[in-house]
Amino acid sequence: MNLVLVRRPRLWDPEGVLVLALLLLLVAGILYPLLQVLSVAVSSDTGGFTLRHLGAFFRRPLFLESLINTLATGVLAVLFGSMIGVPLAFLTVRYALPGKAVLQTLGVLPLVIPPFVGAVAFQQILGRSGMVNLWLLETFGVTLPLMDGLGGVVLVQTLHYFPFIMVNTAAALAGVDPSLEEAAQNLGSSGFRLFRRVLLPLALPGYAAGALITFIRVIDDLGTPLMLNYTKLLAPQAYLRVTTVGLTDVDGYVICVILVVLSVLALWGSKAALGLAEYAALQRSGEAAPRALRGPSALAAWLIAAALLAPALLPHAGILLLSFSKVWSLSLLPTVYTLGNYEEILFRTPGFIWNTLRYAVLAAALDVVLGAAIAWLLLRGSVRGRGWLDVIATMPLAIPGVVLAVGYLRVFHGWNVPGLGEPLTATWLILVLAYSMRRLPYTVRSAYAALQQLPLALEEAAQNLGANRLRTFARVTAPLMARGLLAGGLIAFITSAVELSSTILLVPRIELGPLSYGIYVYMQSAVGRGPGAALGVVAIVLVGCGTWVAHRLAARGAGSLFRF
Amino acid sequence: MSPKLSSEVRLEGVGKRYGEVWAVREVSLTILPGEFFTLLGPSGCGKTTLLRMVAGFARPDAGRILLDGQPIDPVPPWKRDVGLVFQHYALWPHLTVHENVAFGLRERKLPRAEIADRVRAALSQVGLEGFDARRPSQLSGGQQQRVALARTLAVQPRLLLLDEPLSNLDAQLRAQMRLELARLQRDLAITTIYVTHDQAEALSLSNRVAVLQGGSVVQEGTPEDIYLRPHSRFVAEFVGAANLLPVQVVEVRETGVLVEAVAGTRLPVPTDPTRWRPGSRALLCLRPEALRLEEAALGRGTGFLATVAARVFEGDRHIYEVKVGEGTHLRVELPALGEGRIFRLGDRIRVEFSAEGAVLLPEP
Repeated sequence: MNLVLVRRPRLWDPEGVLVLALLLLLVAGILYPLLQVLSVAVSSDTGGFTLRHLGAFFRRPLFLESLINTLATGVLAVLFGSMIGVPLAFLTVRYALPGKAVLQTLGVLPLVIPPFVGAVAFQQILGRSGMVNLWLLETFGVTLPLMDGLGGVVLVQTLHYFPFIMVNTAAALAGVDPSLEEAAQNLGSSGFRLFRRVLLPLALPGYAAGALITFIRVIDDLGTPLMLNYTKLLAPQAYLRVTTVGLTDVDGYVICVILVVLSVLALWGSKAALGLAEYAALQRSGEAAPRALRGPSALAAWLIAAALLAPALLPHAGILLLSFSKVWSLSLLPTVYTLGNYEEILFRTPGFIWNTLRYAVLAAALDVVLGAAIAWLLLRGSVRGRGWLDVIATMPLAIPGVVLAVGYLRVFHGWNVPGLGEPLTATWLILVLAYSMRRLPYTVRSAYAALQQLPLALEEAAQNLGANRLRTFARVTAPLMARGLLAGGLIAFITSAVELSSTILLVPRIELGPLSYGIYVYMQSAVGRGPGAALGVVAIVLVGCGTWVAHRLAARGAGSLFRF
Repeated sequence: MSPKLSSEVRLEGVGKRYGEVWAVREVSLTILPGEFFTLLGPSGCGKTTLLRMVAGFARPDAGRILLDGQPIDPVPPWKRDVGLVFQHYALWPHLTVHENVAFGLRERKLPRAEIADRVRAALSQVGLEGFDARRPSQLSGGQQQRVALARTLAVQPRLLLLDEPLSNLDAQLRAQMRLELARLQRDLAITTIYVTHDQAEALSLSNRVAVLQGGSVVQEGTPEDIYLRPHSRFVAEFVGAANLLPVQVVEVRETGVLVEAVAGTRLPVPTDPTRWRPGSRALLCLRPEALRLEEAALGRGTGFLATVAARVFEGDRHIYEVKVGEGTHLRVELPALGEGRIFRLGDRIRVEFSAEGAVLLPEP
């Protein structure tokens, strides 16, 4: 057999072309819109650099109040979320009690209900004329302003986001090497001192990372305050400036910049915290055996868990009830039941559901392809500059949806899509682009993790037997990454399906709106609350199923089938 | 199934650098067609890097590698037709045994029937008939090893590269696979480069061995050369156990030298006399199994007077530690079934050695 002795001279290197194409896409979809927002905020009328607009922000009482409120919601939601999440994490990791799997499942259930849907349900239950207050009024003649103002926002977000804190804390606790704890016991430490001196410091970084991610999501959330009609927060302020004053209003951009700064600081903090977390799991000497709880102590544990979880599961019941109600106003429970709400959303306005599926599937598919390509280039590639792909693809974690949407409107407003004859912002493609860019970090991370776990020798063995790099990727790498990719793609799909922060600004026409937009629109009127709730149930089912499958994929990915 | 031809590999001044450190430097070797050649050395000596350069997964920063006279460094791994068996087997978990073995044949676009034939032949060659439908996760370590071997042999490569293939097997299986490897290689007459840190494997399998240290070849030769005539203290100690006694050359004779060891004992050692001058310091290397013990009162030979300091019974042999001088001990291995008597701690004895079991090494 003759060997090919010389590399054929090539005009272009395929890997380099791939990096360049991806960089172009990411710059257009993420970096450039972000820079546009920043540059408008610091440009004077004549085009020069100025900090005047930023300075003016801090002199406007409404903006200042919004900033303080935003920080307060973030901090309070994290604080209250920790009060629920940390005890639950401790309970599920350190103790074996009957029905623990049920407890863990119930613990993440709040995440399957989009926060703005939860907001509607909470209004119905705890709002001024909700179930609880009606009952209080009838029985005691008093009402509680549970859902009014900032408090309502904090309540909804606390009960939606605490699972993040719970899951991260549980992972951190489970990651502590049991021998570290045993060493402390061996040296005479026990009980609360052991917890304070060993477990707490070791688990703290993991908890902190989860808490900061929660903070970012809370300040990014536009749907909840809008649903509760409380707008003295930064995200709704930015939204209102752009929708009422217009795209030329500088203040909207300034608010966006403040939001980005807050997110970046929090993200940076969580990265630093996670860096610290690594020493906790430097070496693992096996799993700690959870302490078994039986009889009265198990019952006590369950009572505590139930007390912590019950409020968080209220909205699921509320939204389900609302979706089947024809009349539910000024009464404890609906007075007339109907299937009409489902008829409405399934047959009269099926567009919301179809649009959602179309956009979210396309965005997730794009993310899977981009994620796999970027992960491969990062771990297996050799072209210079590929590190930038990682940097830009991670940015969306710190870019609130409102900010990205404002950037898109600014950048793509006047740009006609070749072959369509209309601006990108007038087509539904803008939503797919926004979703895929916002969720790209998920698939990049999951693809990266999947590829990193893959021993390089598996790919080298393929090359050794005659497969070139493309064939190796197709026959070995991609099939072995499939589970991780699919799990990441599903997360991208379900989070896109219920995205509202950028959707609400980017939907060109109501017929092109997805489910989240549909819920928002329906909920604006009293008669729309039933169909809105029915759409909310669809959202819960979508997210619930997607989460379950993704979880199973991720769990089995490292399981028996592919064990090395 | 026999290879298309046996290839010759030549490494000319090959070097590989990681940052400022040369992991491999100026390695020049010629591996002859059909030869079983072993790269032996401790971890980090560069032996695996050398193998990966031959397979094409690393490019030399100096020198070049030739396969049958043609330089192969610019050839990508998938066009080299050089079969590598990986240390951890690298079987694809998503494919069955059959699909694993057929992988390279499909890449070569062979007709379906021929692929089936060759997979069957390769599996029977390694004694795994009927395992086609299994997944790698359903195989034992030894079976995985055989599949990895079959997968490589199925494509009939020009060269077989084995990277510590037995290191993940338990001791018994290792011994068995060693015999099978030797048989396969002999039957196929395929040029083979074998990487290991296990001197017993290297000595028992190879036609020739190159010992590597710090990225360089420190000695190259037949297993007998390496074991019986080490050139340096490193080789003597790495390949087998060695007693190393500091000595001084006192007289250069026609076929050897006379050295003075501990306590003024003078011993004749056969060696190339041109390499030594009277007064040179040297190390006398004595293999433990080349030594004999006699009662001090009986011996009249050339050996050392010593005291038994420790004895361990290992089933097939006794291992003695004897003290020949202040701070100097020798390890002596005697067959358990030999006619010699068993000595006790504190016995006064004489250590004798045969001249061919002694090697004089330059003091490093």
